[in-house]
Amino acid sequence: MSLPRSLSPLGRAMATPLGGLAGGWLILVILAAVLAPVLTPYDYDIQNLPQSFRAPDAEHWLGTDEFGRDLLTRILFGARTSLSVAVTSILISVAAGMILGALAGYLGGRFDRIVTTLVDLTWSFPEILVALILVAIIGPGATGTMVAIAVAYLAQFTRLTRAQVMAIRAETYVEAARSLGASDAHILIRHLIPNALAPVLVTAMLSTGDAIILEATLGFFGLGAQPPVPSWGSMMSSGSALLFKAPWIIIFPGLAVAAAVIAINVFGGALIAALDVRSRPREG
Amino acid sequence: MAEPLIVARQLVRQFRSGGGFLARPATMLAVRGVSLTVARGEVVGIVGESGCGKSTLARLILRLIAPTSGQVLFDGIDLGRLGKREMRQVRKRMTMVFQDPYSSLDPRYTLSDVLSEPFAVHGEAPPPGRIAALLDQVGLARDMGGSYPHQLSGGQRQRAGIARALARSPELIVLDEPTASLDVSIQAQVIDLLSSLRRDLGLTYLFISHDLGLVRYFCDRIVVMYLGAVVEVMPAAGSMPRHPYTRALIDSTFAPDPGKRRKLEALTGEIPSAFNLPPGCAFAARCPRASERCRREAPDLQSPDGHAVACFHPIEEGASA
Amino acid sequence: MLLSVEDLSVHIGVINPLSDLSFGVDRGQILGLVGESGSGKSLTAMAVMGLLPLIGGRISAGRILFDGTDLAKLPEAALRGYRGRRIALVTQNPMTALDPVVRVGRQVDVMGRMHLGLSADEARRRTIELLTRLRIPEAQAVCEAYPHQLSGGMKQRIVIAIALAGEPDLIVADEPTTALDVTVQAQIIHLLGELVRDRGLGMLLITHDMGVVAQVCDQVAVLYAGRLAESRPAEALFEHPLHPYTSALIGCIPRDGMAPGSLHGIAGAVPSVARYPAGCRFHPRCPRAGEICARQTPELTELTGAGRLACHFPLEGTHG
Repeated sequence: MSLPRSLSPLGRAMATPLGGLAGGWLILVILAAVLAPVLTPYDYDIQNLPQSFRAPDAEHWLGTDEFGRDLLTRILFGARTSLSVAVTSILISVAAGMILGALAGYLGGRFDRIVTTLVDLTWSFPEILVALILVAIIGPGATGTMVAIAVAYLAQFTRLTRAQVMAIRAETYVEAARSLGASDAHILIRHLIPNALAPVLVTAMLSTGDAIILEATLGFFGLGAQPPVPSWGSMMSSGSALLFKAPWIIIFPGLAVAAAVIAINVFGGALIAALDVRSRPREG
Repeated sequence: MAEPLIVARQLVRQFRSGGGFLARPATMLAVRGVSLTVARGEVVGIVGESGCGKSTLARLILRLIAPTSGQVLFDGIDLGRLGKREMRQVRKRMTMVFQDPYSSLDPRYTLSDVLSEPFAVHGEAPPPGRIAALLDQVGLARDMGGSYPHQLSGGQRQRAGIARALARSPELIVLDEPTASLDVSIQAQVIDLLSSLRRDLGLTYLFISHDLGLVRYFCDRIVVMYLGAVVEVMPAAGSMPRHPYTRALIDSTFAPDPGKRRKLEALTGEIPSAFNLPPGCAFAARCPRASERCRREAPDLQSPDGHAVACFHPIEEGASA
Repeated sequence: MLLSVEDLSVHIGVINPLSDLSFGVDRGQILGLVGESGSGKSLTAMAVMGLLPLIGGRISAGRILFDGTDLAKLPEAALRGYRGRRIALVTQNPMTALDPVVRVGRQVDVMGRMHLGLSADEARRRTIELLTRLRIPEAQAVCEAYPHQLSGGMKQRIVIAIALAGEPDLIVADEPTTALDVTVQAQIIHLLGELVRDRGLGMLLITHDMGVVAQVCDQVAVLYAGRLAESRPAEALFEHPLHPYTSALIGCIPRDGMAPGSLHGIAGAVPSVARYPAGCRFHPRCPRAGEICARQTPELTELTGAGRLACHFPLEGTHG
């Protein structure tokens, strides 16, 4: 491969055929979510009962729901909820997990034991169960969902960062830095975290896909964003009762979830390859 | 002898290993009461096989690990009494070159980053021109500053490791098997470089190696270690060995000359485990000269004439072994 | 000649890491194959063992005559009858060469049972005999041990025992002592030398260590960047190296009484396969290189005494 060295890992992931396709789709979805009000002539929340249950046609490309609302419009606005909840909760989870994991891995001792025990405790339950319990405590809605998803994935990022940091801590270059007079903070910030970052970012990327599903699931149970704000999960929930009468109501949000999750996984794969420093070409 | 740069007194380091739910942790004495003096400008070699404690000793002297007991004075400063902050300042004056040129460089650091680090760890920036000067000094091209470690050969990486150790103009450099992972042709290049740097910069080296041939070529004075203790200190590179273990090490080094094929006075057996040391001399089980006394009693390091040996039956000068 | 390699070339895909290699090993003889990393030594071992397909390589030219049969032409099924049985391999790292979950005695037994059709009891008796001959104390007890319970030197002896258990004619030893301590290395090297002479085996000893070569080898083949530089009897080669590379390699080893500053490396490094220079591949690092060396590959020529040399400007005039 002869790609220019100056490209960032994201750029290099985009430059592969599959990565480009997946990344392209994600950009399209994000743009559509951002520009939703401009892209569609319909409102997502105004009921228009005479128009209900219209199958997809030239006027309503994806049909309408039981209240006569344009399904494409709702999917576009739903993307705003689904994506922003998923991305924000994963960002919170990664930040907290990296700090906890890095400190536990580097400091060891009692702090490590406490963190590891707590993390293992949540790790032993399925994410959905952790999230359901938390939503039950915090209460339904976008904020509750976000916190619930963040905590559900915290264990994963803490464990991963801790394992990475412990492995890197044993590398000679860390001892070399210490022999030069480096402080703990320097070693953590300049060596351990940057070297642990790549696998954590890739996992975060892939987990965003799972988080979209988790958000949809919570929405499906009616615990996510509350009506009339659409989310892909709550749309599928209302569509499930009408599966045979108007299958498009559940199929299209379902496809939106599937396509986003697949694109994230494929792009994550391309990113793994691109993040490896050693994949950069040798120079003479 | 000039004022010593390093004085190590009775260094002991114990490691615990294993131990868990039901198992009792085993303890191992990696270094058992080692005393050592290094004069300014001297090159002292520490030689021994795996498990002899030479790398642990190096790290004790640099205080990268703390001794279980004993003391290290660097230029008269007792390192054990320094606070974290003061210790970090002393690290500008004593540095280390590591064995593995692959894992001793952060894969995400360019060569310039690597050479800036000795300054960055103290919150400073390298003086202008310093990095170029360092690259020159170790024989790397100036335009290699942007290269990553994986783009360099083993020899180039080790040169980078040496340049990093030189960056703050230290007085002491501990060289921990700096050529053991390199091809012989590259080993000779690196040794050549270290010799000329020592001459030009007036450095003091502590050179750790398993290769007695190399140590005898490169060092002024040689400390031979076996299972955590010093068994012999040879005052000059060409000194005749007095300890049977040193003799065995010399016999095990093959000269590139078929005319000098050695009829090995076969040193049988292998190094015993440091977890389970015999009561007497640690070498007794493998030693052709060992007596009953050696198995009961451990000999002290004695130095009647500046050539110290810890043996009840040392090889006499002039006697053939 | 037990093993005779003639004009061997190896390709991995389109790259050609090894070309025009020739050497021979007699019974009761050790041939040392020396060179720095990247010279193609281990690739040669793989070619002789017929293991190139494992790394996607193939023999693109030349012959590997073993006891009169050209191994390069044999199909994989037929090669299996040679590997382990008639040609045995001793690898560099005894830590990874042994199966960690099988007692070492069984790992040796299986060779006798598989290759010589021995019964379990016969095989064990031979194993104990073999271990005793390799100077392993308390062979019976050692048979019951797992690899992790043994020291590095002991493990390497077990690897050698496995190699010998099929009663091979040729042993290919790829850096057999590099991972060992020096005093243990000396023991193993002597053991290998004894075995070869006492049992009339042939041995191809691959190493980067000129000291080891001088100690036990009868013949030496010096490899540089995938080509033979010089191949001669050991005594003559060390006494009067003809190829500047051989001479430089010998000069890299510190000897007793060497004056400070007299140890000189070889400037530069072995080029990677993709960057082999034109002409003599050593010319960029060679102190004697002339203008012709950059243009024309020196031909491998038979020497009047014994051996072969590929150099335009050899160190002494016995050339041709």
